[in-house]
Amino acid sequence: MALALMPLLGHTARPMARFPFSAIVGQDEMKRALLIAAIEPAIGGVMVFGDRGTGKSTAARALAALMPPMPVAEGCRYHCLPEQQGTCPDPCTSGRTRKVPVPFVDLPLGATEDRVVGALDLERALRSGEKAFEPGLLAKAHRGFLYIDEINLLEDHLVDLLLDVAASGENLVEREGLSVRHRARFVLIGSGNPEEGELRPQLLDRFGLSVEVRTPVELDDRVEIMRRCAAQEADPDGFTQDWHEEDQKVLRQIARGQKKLASLTVPEEVLRDAASLCRAVNADGMRGELTLMRASRASAALQGAKSVQRKHMLEVAPMALRHRLRRDVLDETGSTVRIERAIEELFG
Amino acid sequence: MAMDPLADALLAVRLFALAPRQLGGITLRGAGPARDLLLDAMGKAMPDRAFRRLPANIDDERLMGGIDIAASLTAGESVRQSGLLREARGGVLLVPMAERLRDDVAGKIAQAIDGDDGGFGLVLLDDGTTPDERAPDSLRERTALHVDLSTIRPLDPPSPGEDVLLPFTEVRPASRDQLETLAVTAMALGVDTMRAPLFAHNAARAHAALHGRGKVADEDLHAAARLVLAPRATRLPEAEPEAPPAQEAPSPDEAAGEQQTSGQPPEDMVLEAALAAIPPGVLAMLASGKTRRSAGGGGGRKAQSKLRGKPLGARPGMPRGGARLALVDTLRAAVPWQALRQRELSEPREGVLVRKSDLRVRRFEERSTSVTIFAVDASGSAAMARLAEAKGAVEMLLAQAYVTRSEVALIAFRGNGAEMLLPPTRSLTRARRALAGLPGGGGTPLATGLTAARQLGESVAAKGSTPFLVFLTDGSANVAADGSPGRAQAKADAHKAASAIASAGLPAVVVDIAPRPRPEARDLAAAMAARYLPLPMADARTLSAAVDAARPKGMAA
Repeated sequence: MALALMPLLGHTARPMARFPFSAIVGQDEMKRALLIAAIEPAIGGVMVFGDRGTGKSTAARALAALMPPMPVAEGCRYHCLPEQQGTCPDPCTSGRTRKVPVPFVDLPLGATEDRVVGALDLERALRSGEKAFEPGLLAKAHRGFLYIDEINLLEDHLVDLLLDVAASGENLVEREGLSVRHRARFVLIGSGNPEEGELRPQLLDRFGLSVEVRTPVELDDRVEIMRRCAAQEADPDGFTQDWHEEDQKVLRQIARGQKKLASLTVPEEVLRDAASLCRAVNADGMRGELTLMRASRASAALQGAKSVQRKHMLEVAPMALRHRLRRDVLDETGSTVRIERAIEELFG
Repeated sequence: MAMDPLADALLAVRLFALAPRQLGGITLRGAGPARDLLLDAMGKAMPDRAFRRLPANIDDERLMGGIDIAASLTAGESVRQSGLLREARGGVLLVPMAERLRDDVAGKIAQAIDGDDGGFGLVLLDDGTTPDERAPDSLRERTALHVDLSTIRPLDPPSPGEDVLLPFTEVRPASRDQLETLAVTAMALGVDTMRAPLFAHNAARAHAALHGRGKVADEDLHAAARLVLAPRATRLPEAEPEAPPAQEAPSPDEAAGEQQTSGQPPEDMVLEAALAAIPPGVLAMLASGKTRRSAGGGGGRKAQSKLRGKPLGARPGMPRGGARLALVDTLRAAVPWQALRQRELSEPREGVLVRKSDLRVRRFEERSTSVTIFAVDASGSAAMARLAEAKGAVEMLLAQAYVTRSEVALIAFRGNGAEMLLPPTRSLTRARRALAGLPGGGGTPLATGLTAARQLGESVAAKGSTPFLVFLTDGSANVAADGSPGRAQAKADAHKAASAIASAGLPAVVVDIAPRPRPEARDLAAAMAARYLPLPMADARTLSAAVDAARPKGMAA
């Protein structure tokens, strides 16, 4: 949404304060999907469909800004954990630790493969004839968020590559005589407008969750958005303060969810329910069931539930499955409706 | 309520000058003296801001900053250049010929605007003349003010006016009621994006600042509605019953004719201000529901021109077999190794040492996008039943198309004209919407339909894509090319139009959808040198398979 672009006082060059996550009006499904992806990296990315100006990138940015600063080995361009010092292509053995903000990388539309995966460091090559690796955006996004606006306009091979890295958590570069491998674990968030051409189904399927964002239709919501934007613009620091408590709540929820996730298992009967739901809606492939299981667990963990129940599975079913349904071109019914109908039939 | 367009344009420029960051930017559409005048006024109003111009064919290094290869080679050491986006920070970035801006460049500019380190005021100079030719949507969306100068002929430049200027931040945010008014107006005009009401709010505040008011007044809201909301309108208020809260929205007639009265609720007055700013032609289009969301341009075509205009970069390879050497990329590949290679030589050599492995060739779209153009006879004779089949076939082909990244367009002809229901697109969503709105019945203006398909085919070919025409008709015509009824003339015209397709060399297929195959359709196919497929009992699936089979070889679905 425009929130992120709403300027602050005058024309100072100082960094813009990000919009607080909890101050975002509505968009509950997207927020939930982002939180699930934030605590469960195995989900493998969130695809956000929606028109321009609906707050897609604002929510993603806000979540990144919300996360507490993360400790990294000082001077490490790969965001190594302090205990991982010296394990990346950089000899990051300073022995000191620094806290840096959780990275949020916005992948530009025309990004070249060089920029994304990294390439030969031209400057060092020129200066000293040294063969060195210049890390790309994937390294920059490690332990953070990688946001791709209009992913449907990105070249297919890049999308493929990004999904591969997102799934494996590792970037492997074999080019220009370089052979480099580094960690690249991030929450992949793609956004796109179906009006402008669609993503190929085989790529779509590889996103864990997909949500549909619509512009708020309630007048009160729209006015509230305008009010909050005006308030944030007038006094960004004060506004951040006002929402600090709410943001802290979300943060605690994330922390609790992360802790809880390890101990939660999905019971047999919920797995069975998930499988029958997938069958009922004809979701292609195994990815649907796996994601559904992981997302239910993460959602239960976020809510602090003691066990994973059917209701947790059902509430994430639309976002885990809607992009995996085989399209029947002659059937106008939207994917979400088909899933809801199946839920109604199966579980009443 | 009618405002002098030039005075309004000037007002927009002054608002922008007052609060470039809060308003994001301004889109000036249409070249000419009016624009020069406005740019002049803008420069005067913002004396302390740096203006940067975006060169037409800017490369990544210049845009984002990076190593200047040419300078580095000369200097023998790495020379960095700063990126234009960074240089423009805090100032104004002028984008000439914005309608030709590549999507990837537009994306990077949009990102710089949204980014963390503050942006710049963006001025889009859009020289487009047709609705398809316009600045990238991603950037237009991020400029609050849209000014169309194409109809303005400045005679006497209005004086800029001496206003009391308050700093933008001195103006208090609008009241809840005022915000509501802007939000209602935006919704009534079918403006979905949330950026628009946010921008409108800032525009109202800037307008108040311009007039030395510390508080937003009604006229500030009116100005905001005119300058920010009206240009984004996608429909007229009456089309949206649930939009206004209590009162029903005024019908366009009332809005246009009625003078504003003090008894009117403020929403209506603001809406009226917006409506008054919409040019009559656009108003008529909105009223007829013609523009839909794709009011000129739209994703499909955008994506296509992107594919054509954007080379895919370079890749290692030998420059032979038609592949062109990418000089800069080759040098870029060779440069890093120079020190090493010099060392390997027994005696130093002058110049750049290029090895075979450094060679890069240019890569363009490997296979041009194929565009399947369906021209559907939606007349009464072609029977409503067939129309459903045709719709199904189009959707089916589209579903295949998005796997192979090809596109589909849809033309329908009935009554006395042909209509492009769907410009070339890959979007299933838009296709479905267009198809759902396809009406049937009326006469058969076959010639008009054939001509419309040919023209679209030619324009597709001119853009570098491969057209393929599919006609679904029973071949009978009863409306002539000029719209007059009469079988004989209609038939003659249709054959003339068909031969034109043949001489244009467009690959085509005629699918006879008559209940029983008839000679008319066969003759038609012969005249346009197309394949003839009689499909009396075809359903969508067979139709789609048949079309697929008839497609020229080498063209993906």
